[in-house]
Amino acid sequence: MTGSEFVPFTLPPLVIATLAAIACAAPGNFLLLRRQAMLGDAMAHVVLPGLVAAFLLTGSAAPPVMLGGALAAAAFSAGLIELIRRATGADPGAAMGVTFTAMFAAGVLLLETSGAAAVHLDVEHALYGNLEGLIWIEAAGWSSLTDPAALASLPPELPLLAAIAAGILLLLALLWRPLAIATFDEGFAATMGIPTRTLSAALTGLTALAAVAAFSAVGSILTIAMLVCPPATARLLTDSLPRQLALSILVAALSAILGTLIAGYLPLALGLSFTVSAAGTIAALSGLFLGLAATLSPRRHPAQRGA
Amino acid sequence: MASPTPIPLPETALAITGLTVAYGSVPAVATVSARFPKGSMTAVIGPNGAGKSTLLKAALGLIPALTGEVRAFGQPVPRAMPRIAYVPQRAAVDWDFPARVIDVVQMGLYRQTGLLGRLTPALRARAADCLDRLGMAGFATRQIGALSGGQQQRVFLARALAQDADLVILDEPFAGVDAATESAIIAVLHGLRAQGRTVIAVHHDLSTVPAYFDRVLLLNRHVIAEGPTAATFRRATVAEAYGNQLLTAIPA
Repeated sequence: MTGSEFVPFTLPPLVIATLAAIACAAPGNFLLLRRQAMLGDAMAHVVLPGLVAAFLLTGSAAPPVMLGGALAAAAFSAGLIELIRRATGADPGAAMGVTFTAMFAAGVLLLETSGAAAVHLDVEHALYGNLEGLIWIEAAGWSSLTDPAALASLPPELPLLAAIAAGILLLLALLWRPLAIATFDEGFAATMGIPTRTLSAALTGLTALAAVAAFSAVGSILTIAMLVCPPATARLLTDSLPRQLALSILVAALSAILGTLIAGYLPLALGLSFTVSAAGTIAALSGLFLGLAATLSPRRHPAQRGA
Repeated sequence: MASPTPIPLPETALAITGLTVAYGSVPAVATVSARFPKGSMTAVIGPNGAGKSTLLKAALGLIPALTGEVRAFGQPVPRAMPRIAYVPQRAAVDWDFPARVIDVVQMGLYRQTGLLGRLTPALRARAADCLDRLGMAGFATRQIGALSGGQQQRVFLARALAQDADLVILDEPFAGVDAATESAIIAVLHGLRAQGRTVIAVHHDLSTVPAYFDRVLLLNRHVIAEGPTAATFRRATVAEAYGNQLLTAIPA
């Protein structure tokens, strides 16, 4: 693997997958502890109709347009989930399940019946993303990393995801104490003057932002995997919330880096004539890490119950 | 002639007036009015589903009330909230949360530390002291999921102590705890009362009401009786709250 081949074709997907994984894994920790992991699932799925609708309305597939459409769909589905809960008395999980499957299916239908499929989006793309397509065509080798002219032609997803991942980490750091207290004990938090509803909405918003930003690059499967698997793995390895967050980011990055490299090079190294999906490999790896942690973690204790 | 000195009424820690809360169309508590004098210790008792927890949560603004007014220390509750500590039911939280005992106690210092604030050595010492007052000093770095029910309840009370509040509201502090924990908790609560602080607790064990509490609020969706334990905690009134069950433990 030489720089002239690695930098344009493997480095951008690797960095993008890592950033997307981190952006999803970080808020995923709080979703997991709030038993809202399903929310990430919902967000990752409702992005699709948002993308298609935004494309049909504007005729553009530029990242800001896509981001806007997906966020609008996420907000719409959050409202729909609440409406179903109130109108039918269904439990939150059921309301989310109904909403995100219906909206994803509507997105697929919209995609197939409109002209959007021919231009930019297809169903496979929605599931697995387009990691391998995110290449840096102007890059000649490692020296391009310091060449402003070459850097300007980086896939736009990269700086966008970098900014979003950094923003999510910064917000989580700022909201850390109130968010941790409200996640553990919401009633108590409210009596301490912590705006629990606003925090809950902010967490939903951050999750939507992460899911939306990750979706177009890495697809819904990897988005969901990264929202849930790294935090769940980290939870098995530590009993400290700060350490759990740090470990989840580490597991997410490790899955993304190893997954991209394995998908790109392992089949060829084994003399196979096909490649495998990077997003699928990363998601499978993160599941493998979870399995390893569940099997091998020495810290897991059965909680003592009773007086 | 000297002007008559007005007899000072005992200041009221918490005053609930005409509070109604409904889940859907079913009223959980209806037009409840109650006064909790400063320095008193009140048991809120009543059968399952009487609305005891609901009343306290609505008084604190944690769930919306249809009607009614609640004032603490003469102020609207949100403004008086820094003087109030709330101890939810132990079962209301997931004890598998990744935190140590001391982390939970330090949550009670949130108003002192704020959003980003670091814990000063003095605040750390205060949290450790609160834990010690409940005999839990040796458990500071223990994972909360590894505690027994009684130990969890003590941690919750230690967190409330860290708040240094003038009014402590507890939801079933003695539910499912061992005898040693019960006596440790009651000693701390009586200590708070001796300092002039006010304690309100949802309580289930009728046999300990006279020994633990100086006031009683008997509730069954509406107020059955309210007042000093000796005058209020009588067989007739308790029977009215609980339905006519055999209540031989209660003075006639």
